[in-house]
Amino acid sequence: MDFKLTEEQEMIKKSAREFAETVIAPKVAAMEETDEMPEEILKGLGEYGFLGLTIPTEYGGNGLGHVARMIVLEEIGRVSAAVAMTLQVLALGIEPIVQFGTEEQKNKYLPGLAKGELFSTVAVTEASGGSDPTAAQTRAHKEGDEWVINGRKVFITNAHLADVATVFARTADEPKPSFSCFLLEKGMEGFRPGRKEHKVGFKGCDTGDLIMENCRVPESQMLGKEGDGLKIALKAISEVGRPGMTGCALGILAASLEAAVKFANERILYGKPISKLQAIQFKIANMYTDLEAARLLAWRAAALKDRGERCDVEMAMAKVFSSEAAVRAANAAVEIHGGYGCMMEYPTQRYLRDASLLAPSAGTSDIMRIVIARAALG
Amino acid sequence: MGPFKIVVCVKAVPDPKKGSPSFDPVTKTVRRAAQDLVMNLLDRHAVEEALRIRGGFGGKVTVVSMGPPEAMPVLKESLALGVDRAVLLSDRAFAGADTLATSKTLALGIRKLGQFDLVLAGSESSDGATGQVGPQLAEILGIPFVPKAVKIELYNGAKPGPSSIDHTECGEGVFAMVTGEVECGLREYRVRLPALFTVSRKINEPKGVTMMGILGSRGKEVEVLGAADIGASPGEVGAKGSPTLIRAVEGPPPGRQGEIISGDPDEAVRALVEKLRAKGVLV
Repeated sequence: MDFKLTEEQEMIKKSAREFAETVIAPKVAAMEETDEMPEEILKGLGEYGFLGLTIPTEYGGNGLGHVARMIVLEEIGRVSAAVAMTLQVLALGIEPIVQFGTEEQKNKYLPGLAKGELFSTVAVTEASGGSDPTAAQTRAHKEGDEWVINGRKVFITNAHLADVATVFARTADEPKPSFSCFLLEKGMEGFRPGRKEHKVGFKGCDTGDLIMENCRVPESQMLGKEGDGLKIALKAISEVGRPGMTGCALGILAASLEAAVKFANERILYGKPISKLQAIQFKIANMYTDLEAARLLAWRAAALKDRGERCDVEMAMAKVFSSEAAVRAANAAVEIHGGYGCMMEYPTQRYLRDASLLAPSAGTSDIMRIVIARAALG
Repeated sequence: MGPFKIVVCVKAVPDPKKGSPSFDPVTKTVRRAAQDLVMNLLDRHAVEEALRIRGGFGGKVTVVSMGPPEAMPVLKESLALGVDRAVLLSDRAFAGADTLATSKTLALGIRKLGQFDLVLAGSESSDGATGQVGPQLAEILGIPFVPKAVKIELYNGAKPGPSSIDHTECGEGVFAMVTGEVECGLREYRVRLPALFTVSRKINEPKGVTMMGILGSRGKEVEVLGAADIGASPGEVGAKGSPTLIRAVEGPPPGRQGEIISGDPDEAVRALVEKLRAKGVLV
């Protein structure tokens, strides 16, 4: 059992840190202001190969895998959770194609997705809720050789950015509800992004609706088999979406700790830095422990995924722990900053706003606990 | 003639982002092993330039560094950046080298690697910052030297370049048109290769290590050569081969002090002129 990053993983971490600090950091203020994702960042994600981490080399990716992805997401999330979120959902969009795509679908989409020439997402959640995907009202029915899809997806990350979306739709009601996934492309007739959400955090990360109005697609746009929809969606969300949120959480944890340490060492109170006060030290000790614990849970779950082993419970544990720890850490960072913690000039308010988005995405904390409890109780 | 061979000298230096380097009070040298080492930024520009030249001109790029085993990740990084070969000159006998002994060691290492056409290096390191290794190395290798290049263009034979220089006398072989920084501007040189150029940060924008680069460097090993491997005699390398003796290492003097002359503008100007006269700036 060796918990050290390998030389290669250290290099991946360094590369991601350099990208985050040189390409992303100068744009964060503008992203907060405009809620737009700068082109240079998207371009850079492709050039550095961060979009190809989970794509096999035979389809133009680098296949460095899920531990590498976790390391990259933490480093990027440390500078901007919004960019980490965008990146994480791009991988979520890639996963169903890697896992369930036909050879033709893989060759059509994956090389472009690896390079950043194409962007992707997965659309499951509807106004009826995300925790119960079987309540989905989006329907697809067959007319001749074509599927006709109608419905509306909400809270979809990368809704406006995505060139290709895996859309989850009901394809049968009897004998029991059954669902299938379709690959819908930007510009297809009857398929368009709708409302753009205005979130409290992840500023610059696109979230919105996807609308299907008599969108007709050939059979070749179906992903997997008819009726495989739930399996496809849940596998992608539990094995890529949840660790993706964990990566964002690690970034916020690391950033909160760094900001708190810096401020506590600089801020003088009672004639000495506040880092000399135990009240502050204990908060920092908790943040540090949370970060290390969250990392170990995250890396272990990602290593299981890389080995092709079952990892849904471990992913759920890492997700619920890290996202709650990130809220605690961001909150502590705000408290340590005192009045400055409430000021927009300090990044801690952003960490707290961003952290608040972690729990609802890719399965709420309660849903994670249901998954974990099921495993514990047998 | 074999493939065009470019050698890039790089140095592993303490990460400048992590504050100023610390000095060993006894040896009075920079403590390298104590801190995370990174590739000297100017050397990264040199690696980028070598890769750019290789892209247009073909050939092989070899990175050479003298340093402790802790420098290994920096050499690995160069492989991930896309160089063909990375060689670390590492031996206890090399420890404590001044710039002359370092240059001698690098020269022995480079000669050991065989024929070469072009040697590139950053114009100075961010820790020692003497800027001496480049020119000394060129002198030992017996090849022409251009400092602080901002532009390098290679030509095969006497192909006229974009400059106003008359190329008719060049004759056969590969030569370079190099624009280098001098105190008051830029100077353009025509140099027959092999030659050594140090580069300025203005020469290019180094690209970062990509995931594809990391994947591509899998299985490529850094070669480590010791004193015996490069045929170095004990007296010419390391502390024993270093004529430089450092008497003391001190922190920089306190920063310049500003003074604000306030009050009526006319009086303030008069006061300023007085001060400048007193300092001998105005006569």
